Amino acid sequence: MQKYSIFNLVKNAFSNHQNWDLAWKDPEPKEEYDVVIIGGGGHGLATAYYLAKEHNITKVAIIEKGWIGGGNVGRNTTIIRSNYMHDENGLFSEFGMDLWRKMSQDLNYNVMFSPRGIINLAHSDAQMNTYARRGNSMRLNGIDAVLLNREQVKEIIPMADFSENVRFPIFGGLMQPSAGTARHDAVAWGYARQADDMGVDIIQNCEVIGFDVSAGKINGIRTSRGNIKAKKVGLCVAGSTNILAEKLNMTLPIETHLLQACVSEPVKPVLDSVVTFGAGHFYISQSDKGEMVMGGDLDGYNSYAQRGNLPTLQHVLTEGIAMMPFLSKLKMLRTWGGIMDMSMDGSPIIDKTHIDGLYLNCGWCYGGFKATPASGWTFAHTIAQDRVHELNAGYSLNRFNTGHLIDEKGLGTKTWIS
Amino acid sequence: MLYIKCPHCGMRPQIEFSYGGDASVKRPELNKEISDQEWDDFVYNRKSLRGKHLELWQHISGCRQWIKVERDTATHEIFKTFKADEEVA
Repeated sequence: MQKYSIFNLVKNAFSNHQNWDLAWKDPEPKEEYDVVIIGGGGHGLATAYYLAKEHNITKVAIIEKGWIGGGNVGRNTTIIRSNYMHDENGLFSEFGMDLWRKMSQDLNYNVMFSPRGIINLAHSDAQMNTYARRGNSMRLNGIDAVLLNREQVKEIIPMADFSENVRFPIFGGLMQPSAGTARHDAVAWGYARQADDMGVDIIQNCEVIGFDVSAGKINGIRTSRGNIKAKKVGLCVAGSTNILAEKLNMTLPIETHLLQACVSEPVKPVLDSVVTFGAGHFYISQSDKGEMVMGGDLDGYNSYAQRGNLPTLQHVLTEGIAMMPFLSKLKMLRTWGGIMDMSMDGSPIIDKTHIDGLYLNCGWCYGGFKATPASGWTFAHTIAQDRVHELNAGYSLNRFNTGHLIDEKGLGTKTWIS
Repeated sequence: MLYIKCPHCGMRPQIEFSYGGDASVKRPELNKEISDQEWDDFVYNRKSLRGKHLELWQHISGCRQWIKVERDTATHEIFKTFKADEEVA
């Protein structure tokens, strides 16, 4: 594989950049693989990469119905953070933060990781207290957290509404300075390129239509491009999890819901951190191109549509304008939607299943993108060793049965309630 | 914007309603032995169908009645609405 470097960039400039290698091949599916990963999104690509890199398992195929990077890895708002209170989420995400920091070097692909910090705004004394508690929990797990008062927040985001007579005045905020953003497409492409180089087959435009299970063991999958035998199969299909689960006669603690995001027209640099509104569900950052990247609530009903509805967008942007009034002057450039695998406690599932050789990775709710490297790393470990790693031990499928829920948001089973 | 025909009030915009989830889920009968699996299926496990989906909505800014709506989760088309206690054909 050609290394991406300044020297190769200059060298290829002489031939008008016509002679670069393809970043990944387009192979025909083979008859048999050691591991088949279903879903060529961020998590699937990362899983294949870490299977090859950490466990020397390279007879691997990624089966993708559409094209890689066309699903949620290309539809998210690129936020990376580990500002969780519960140990399971905090330790898992902070492990991921380490992988993010090294990712561009590791993948030889500039993922434009930008640790610009995230601020959760507080709008009451009570909220400041809960943020102090979460911040302390984070610091006990080795995650950086700073409680900011009103003046400190004002220094960082002077464009927010700091007037006294608003419905939700800004009291302060909880900041994780090491959080940030990354270029989401680059993450998918970087993992794909390295996985391909280590021998992983990336098979696009290939839909899984069934599974070959006998005597409680997986033997392979049936696809639109023929049958493929596999010793192990990993499911990494986010919002499509229930569709595949139905083919396996499994009913999961997951509902598929629609989440929208949008960007404004590009403007000059104004916001150099990620900010979330504390009295609703709205988050904002500014992309390198200058667009204000915004998102918030789910549309609120089961949906596989991958496109949203205007009432939710209006509701979300009303919160945005309450927080930063200048946003009302901007024109909307694009809106889009993706389908989320909403788990019943708001936390993910990375686990084995009752079928021997079948592994499950789902339930990412709002937070799938930032989990990409840690999810791939732990899922690869779970598949390769046939046992969960301590980092994803809490993300078990049977926690709903045993009562060990990880209810970070305190929403119970109605994670789609806004 | 979805438009939902409330069986009590007629056609109303989506913003008057609040979503209540899968209407095919049944609470286990209380006066008999109930397994953990049955509770799991009631509280957590959902089919989350792609296509025709029977679901509960509440006309929260209208008559406040719970209703059942048969809706396509891929196209968002609404086929039929029912009163909460109405048998779904």
